[in-house]
Amino acid sequence: MVGKAEPVNGSVKSGSNQSIPATMQSPLKKSDLIPNLSLKTLKLKTKQQELLIRVSILCLVYVLAFITRLFSVLRYESMIHEFDPYFNYRTTLFLTEKGFYEFWNWFDSESWYPLGRIIGGTLYPGLMVTAAIIYWLLRFLRFAIHIREVCVLTAPFFASNTTLVAYFFGKEVWDSGAGLVAAALIAICPGYISRSVAGSYDNEGVAIFALLLTFYLFVKAVNTGSLAWALASAFAYFYMVSAWGGYVFIINLIPLYVLVLLITGRYSMRLYVAYNSMYVLGMLLAMQIRFVGFQHVQSGEHMAAMGVFFLLQVFFFLDWVKHLLSDTKLFQAFLRITVTTAIGVGAIALGVGMASGYISPWTGRFYSLLDPTYAKDHIPIIASVSEHQPTAWSSFMFDFHILLFLFPAGLYFCFKRLSDATIFIVMYGLTSMYFAGVMVRLILVATPAVCLISAIAVSATIKNLTLVARAKSKVTQTGSVRGSSSSKGSSKASLDQSQPFQRNGAIALLLGAFYLLSKYATHCTWVTSEAYSSPSIVLAARGAHGNRVIFDDYREAYFWLRKNTPPDAKVMSWWDYGYQITAMGNRTVIVDNNTWNNTHIATVGRAMSSYEDEAYEIMRSLDVDYVLVVFGGVTGYSSDDINKFLWMVRIGGGVFPVIKEPDYLVNGEYRVDKGAAPKMLNCLMYKLSYYRFGELTTEYGKPPGYDRARGVEIGNKDIKLEYLEEAFTTSNWIVRIYKVKPPNNRWERTMFHIYLGTVLRYHFQAMFHS
Amino acid sequence: MRSASEHDKVEGFPVHFALNLVLVSSESRSKVLLAMARSTSKDAQALLHSFRSAYAATPTNLKIIDLYVGFAVFTALIQIAYIAIVGSFPFNAFLSGLLSCIGTAVLAVCLRIQVNRENKEFKDLPPERAFADFVLCNLVLHLVIMNFLG
Repeated sequence: MVGKAEPVNGSVKSGSNQSIPATMQSPLKKSDLIPNLSLKTLKLKTKQQELLIRVSILCLVYVLAFITRLFSVLRYESMIHEFDPYFNYRTTLFLTEKGFYEFWNWFDSESWYPLGRIIGGTLYPGLMVTAAIIYWLLRFLRFAIHIREVCVLTAPFFASNTTLVAYFFGKEVWDSGAGLVAAALIAICPGYISRSVAGSYDNEGVAIFALLLTFYLFVKAVNTGSLAWALASAFAYFYMVSAWGGYVFIINLIPLYVLVLLITGRYSMRLYVAYNSMYVLGMLLAMQIRFVGFQHVQSGEHMAAMGVFFLLQVFFFLDWVKHLLSDTKLFQAFLRITVTTAIGVGAIALGVGMASGYISPWTGRFYSLLDPTYAKDHIPIIASVSEHQPTAWSSFMFDFHILLFLFPAGLYFCFKRLSDATIFIVMYGLTSMYFAGVMVRLILVATPAVCLISAIAVSATIKNLTLVARAKSKVTQTGSVRGSSSSKGSSKASLDQSQPFQRNGAIALLLGAFYLLSKYATHCTWVTSEAYSSPSIVLAARGAHGNRVIFDDYREAYFWLRKNTPPDAKVMSWWDYGYQITAMGNRTVIVDNNTWNNTHIATVGRAMSSYEDEAYEIMRSLDVDYVLVVFGGVTGYSSDDINKFLWMVRIGGGVFPVIKEPDYLVNGEYRVDKGAAPKMLNCLMYKLSYYRFGELTTEYGKPPGYDRARGVEIGNKDIKLEYLEEAFTTSNWIVRIYKVKPPNNRWERTMFHIYLGTVLRYHFQAMFHS
Repeated sequence: MRSASEHDKVEGFPVHFALNLVLVSSESRSKVLLAMARSTSKDAQALLHSFRSAYAATPTNLKIIDLYVGFAVFTALIQIAYIAIVGSFPFNAFLSGLLSCIGTAVLAVCLRIQVNRENKEFKDLPPERAFADFVLCNLVLHLVIMNFLG
């Protein structure tokens, strides 16, 4: 009896020792049942098994999306990257310290001296409010966490949430398998990771979540025709408007989609309910953001939505009248009148609006998307931003890998099974790919569409292949059941012969698909680790012995500014560094990354490109106390101010014609060595970058004054500064700070001469009398 | 009661009519317009008559919603007439007033669509649920309007 009890206890998983006496009393019965019980406790119904698999996949994908973005936190430290996030961090800090009312009405006098900036009215508050809410929630739960940690980890958290939304969206468009694949693809896609690593505390991290959520809720509203889903999508649109200026894409894509549905005849009452309620509620909610203001009724970029709104009213009104009237001839007459009046009134209103200037035309930023050559000729400051350059093929391959050729395959599957939802995803994919081709930054907007469409391709293909791979067992069963010598039997036999080839082919293709997806995962992880995890404010390089060398010069310089300059000192630098100087150095700057005032930036550009005495006049007029330049000649850092100098010349020359770009070039070539243009060799930027550099030997075997970033020996080594003096140079010469000397004291010179005269007279007298 | 050929004649996409107006040359176009004006006035009367008789057949609850929509649109027109006379100085106040009228009109039309028993797509939707959605959306609309009024 004891011997029998042992295996019984071993096989029961949820072992309860109280059952031992019962089993000992009737060992035969229980020992038969319990193995079955154990199988039954494990064996769930197919639906439950499927649910378990889905939930566990989603949990794993959620965690994966978060941890793949943590490379830079592990390698360096938990800090904010780049330039723009420092502004967002500073505003979030202000929000958590002073409260929402102060934040909403904040006028900042520490940037754009002497103009100041109305921060409360010129930013998109979504990101800051989100981080502040998470911070307050954690504080409420008694987690004493610093706001910087919350800011650093906001983007990965929202990336994880985006994978969940992608799952539901995929399920809505195709089926749950496609949703799972979409979630997995978007979790590691480099196009999205590039702007949402830990530390990249920028609007896009939250905005892509809001974008995908708005689209998902709108498609759900169109599919169900429910007012509740349309209201939810209006709220998601409000969140998107509060987060990023790219909401213009949504407010133009959705009307375009409605138009396409109307033209192809796929319209229905559900479309009317979904679009109209989303448009009115969404527009009202969006106008609550001060920065957006009345643009929804006044700007040319938003007119498409309004036009489609009116078109829908006319269209469905006519549809209702047609339904009411039984006589088609009368209806045609009525139709004729109404259509001509409606078109006439609409055209007149639009014409009057545009001609009188009430409806503003498309702003330069968005117009340059439609006409990519516009910015270079007319608005150099938009053309100069590195993220606005056109995309190269290598960037597409780098950011998308296999998704690039799965995208057309997915389009094919979507066209095969057209529905309202697949039409939407196809339009989203095509328009976003066009814009991604125009500007590198917009690859981010295309990423969710590409992931979803590729997921459809992957899911549909793998489903078909697995069906083929599993089909053989069924056919052999039916073959054996039918058996006999009829013609059906012989045809089944011939099928049996071709089955092995199809099955082997399907298995081979499945292995190939598995290989491709694993290569994709490897590529994405490699790209994230190598390319998108650098903080930009801390530079790293390999030393001569292979050890890692860290250049922390930026933070060193900002900390020096914070501790060694008077609190009301004004710092002049190129606009790239403005946000970082105000956030970390806590000093007033002349221009910063917001670039809202082109003339002010052009003034700074003019100062940097003029001779020292002209520049001194400009700096005195702006009350500048310190000048900050970034120099990469010692370390070989190539994003320094000398490499950006031509943009300073172009922007300055755009407003002040006295600055001419050819003055700084030799035969159209930009040089800093002996053969450089004389204006280049004596301008303020050159002097400030290369002051005392002529005495420094940077590389073994090269002459002193060898610029490692340009790879040449500099032309003018003997630099003397008359109106500025060097205040601080960081340990690797990356950031150099100069103090602007106040004008000479006339009274002091006179007193000095009088003093000298008395001393000399005393000595002469002493000589003569002794 | 009509013969088949006449029905076949009046098939076609409505845009063709507007296009025909444009493509015909100017002289004949003015003649055609005159003829059309005469016929359209006759058509309009017949149209109104048949429209009225068809509308009388709609259920009462839908007529109440239509009345509400008409009232909202009428209020919007009054506001537009007001700014044409006085000017739109607190623009946010004007927009919030106008959009509240248009918003309630649109939401009421959506409710009518969902409650109308002739619509096949909303057959499964209980009218109580439709009304609850309508109330919720109106609540949100008016809260935002009150914030926007300034």
